[in-house]
Amino acid sequence: MARVVIFGSLRAFTNGEGEMEIDAQTTRELLRKLATLHPALAETIEAGVSLAIDGEVFKEAWFTPISAESEVVVMPLMVGG
Amino acid sequence: MKQDFKILGTRPIRPDGLDKVTGKAMFGSDKSVTGMLHARILRSPHAHAEIVSIDTSKAEALAGVKAVITGDDFADVENRWARYTMQNCMAQGRALYDGHAVAAVAAISKTVAAEALKLIEVEYKILPHVTDVDEAMAPGAPVLHEGVKARKLGDDVSGNTVGYYSFGHGDIEAGFANAELVIDRTFKTAAVHQGYIEPHGCLADLGGDGRGELWCSTQGHYMVREVCSEILGIDSSQLRVTASEIGGGFGGKTTVFIEPVALKLSQKAGKPVKLVMSREEVFRASGPTMSASMDIKIGMTKAGKITGAHAKLRYQGGAFPYQMVMMGAMSAFAAYDLEHVQAEGWDVMTNRPKMISYRAPGAPMAVYAVESVMDELCQKLELDPIDTRLMNAAREGTKSSYGPTFKAIGLVEALEAAKAHPHYSAPLAPNTGRGVSCGFWFNFGGQVSVSMAINADGTVNLIEGNPDIGGSRASISMMAAEALGIEYDRIRTIVGDTASVGFSDVTDGSRVTFAVGIATINAANAAIKEMCKRAAKIWEIDAEAVEWVDGAAQPSGHNAGNFPPMSLAEIAATSGKTGGPIAGHHEGAPDKAGVSFGVHMVDVEVDPETGFTSIKRYTAFQDVGKAIHPAYVEGQIQGGAVQGIGWALNEEYIYGEDGLLQNPGFLDYRIPVASDLPMIDAVIIEVPNPGHPYGVRGCGETAIVPPLAAVSNGVAQAIGVRMFELPMSPPKILKAL
Repeated sequence: MARVVIFGSLRAFTNGEGEMEIDAQTTRELLRKLATLHPALAETIEAGVSLAIDGEVFKEAWFTPISAESEVVVMPLMVGG
Repeated sequence: MKQDFKILGTRPIRPDGLDKVTGKAMFGSDKSVTGMLHARILRSPHAHAEIVSIDTSKAEALAGVKAVITGDDFADVENRWARYTMQNCMAQGRALYDGHAVAAVAAISKTVAAEALKLIEVEYKILPHVTDVDEAMAPGAPVLHEGVKARKLGDDVSGNTVGYYSFGHGDIEAGFANAELVIDRTFKTAAVHQGYIEPHGCLADLGGDGRGELWCSTQGHYMVREVCSEILGIDSSQLRVTASEIGGGFGGKTTVFIEPVALKLSQKAGKPVKLVMSREEVFRASGPTMSASMDIKIGMTKAGKITGAHAKLRYQGGAFPYQMVMMGAMSAFAAYDLEHVQAEGWDVMTNRPKMISYRAPGAPMAVYAVESVMDELCQKLELDPIDTRLMNAAREGTKSSYGPTFKAIGLVEALEAAKAHPHYSAPLAPNTGRGVSCGFWFNFGGQVSVSMAINADGTVNLIEGNPDIGGSRASISMMAAEALGIEYDRIRTIVGDTASVGFSDVTDGSRVTFAVGIATINAANAAIKEMCKRAAKIWEIDAEAVEWVDGAAQPSGHNAGNFPPMSLAEIAATSGKTGGPIAGHHEGAPDKAGVSFGVHMVDVEVDPETGFTSIKRYTAFQDVGKAIHPAYVEGQIQGGAVQGIGWALNEEYIYGEDGLLQNPGFLDYRIPVASDLPMIDAVIIEVPNPGHPYGVRGCGETAIVPPLAAVSNGVAQAIGVRMFELPMSPPKILKAL
């Protein structure tokens, strides 16, 4: 199962829980399970989040594969200039 | 990853150069059509006021006036971010800042339009206003919009506080307990404008049948299409948007300010409408970046190891909800490998123009504050500023302060290059100081579309969907040439309109050379596959037995057959007989953009009698992954450094007690000009990004991040007094002295 790290202020929507394990093959599946696990986070996920999978940052890429050994950091959606 | 290049790293002549120096290039205000009208916008003279009534009857009765609109002409928009954009383009019910649009006129001439504006009668009821971030965040401040306060925030902050973010790890109090010196400082930075040469300009033609054409200066014409079609309630397919040449954007043209207004006027008048902002309007009503109030606390051992770091960032972003302090909080400590770190940020609304991105949005001010405290720690502990940064530098494998673990990055290489550079050991003259700062930017990927056509004469046309704001047509042509194995000048890349190529995200986030580059390489590979297939047909062998080497198809081995290589030009010449036109295209959303670090070093001289600071020498070191066209890369680094110098020394939005902007023009808003500056020496560091086939990282934004602190640290050394507020204009320095 992938190790999911909820970063910083997003923990306010997971009752302070910062790390959890989720069984998912893709980012979409992971986000769906995360929203079910923590409904308060669903609005943020729906609005968009960025994910760092083993150090690589992805933005709203639903079908990015996730392995059982992956570390997935969930962050607010990043925007540029 | 490819590392042996024939085209990449060379400096071919830029494709837009001749048009730009001869005046042939068409910018936002350059397009005209027969019968078009000219538009002007009436703007609020108040910082915050209820619009009790607007009487446009006299303006409408003026000869030559063809349409007048107000906020009532725009229907409600369901998407709240599009609604904010619309209400920023045209106020509905309340004027929220000095310069907020309240009505617009289209007439047969600019003169008539200006006369008509004087005939519009607006009754205002003045409301309390707030322009300072700390005052706006305090309980009891006038709240600009009800019901938008960030979730989970308490009564200790006002309803203007629309965002809260926190990043970090470890136990910062434990970190500070291990320190031998802790410094805790408060900083302020002013709002600054992107300062692009070209004001916003557009030509809109929207017919009664809902079909429209829009020509505008923008960093993202697909974004313009999506936003305008939503605001106007038309299908996006019916609005064709063409991006003009762009006279600078720097993030400031990643939204719309006038395009929905011009389209609505055109729709109402039944004629094309041209609308161009004056420079005063650009200052008063197009987005500057945020101003900031920040608390930074860093603990360090006597040897220079950072034990704990904490940032509290309060940004004001103008009159509507926004999300940008997050980038500051994520950037603040990104340069360092820290065990105990936390960065918090609050987004706050004020009665100022709605902020929009400015080159590495959110990062320069946060990094300025952090790097200032780093410099003060080094000064007090008598440590070398570069050695201390090297001791704490993030590197591959570092868990960043904002979450991800870094892949290959080039901060250490940039610091080592800075330390070894002759600039660092050069003697300093009296009243002169040398400042150093690190900087960081994320870089992004995102949605992209590229279409490539192989012409029968062996040349190539390439269409991409991102406005060229920094040389992307050259870099994309170079990557296409490298992939195809042909000469650079056989390729012409153009920026297509929204009907000619698939969707592309806005040109921002230093994403285009990275993302469009990947799409270009993939499109080239698709065309190569087809060309190999055609050669195979001609040779009557299997397509799998053909490979592409140095711009030609050739049998992949002796068993495949004995044929001389067939060049791209030879294959293209027979394409009409071998199956028709040859093309390649790619649509995607690449990620893995690869972050970028820079280190800047500056010598400043401060005149003790006038407080005037002059830049004597400036050297910027930056990891760019792979420099496709080094001259453009150097230009990006130089441009970022100069904008940061302006931010540090002179640029600021100045508001009076009445909430009105005091300096909406370049005479009173001082940006650096060529005569203010020495040559900026750009040193390119190349640590390839493993996420790109050629190792490319974005390079457009990082360079604006370090200059603020580098200049400030230099000034501190020159005058022996540290400044905690930007800009460090002569009166402020004199006062400090």
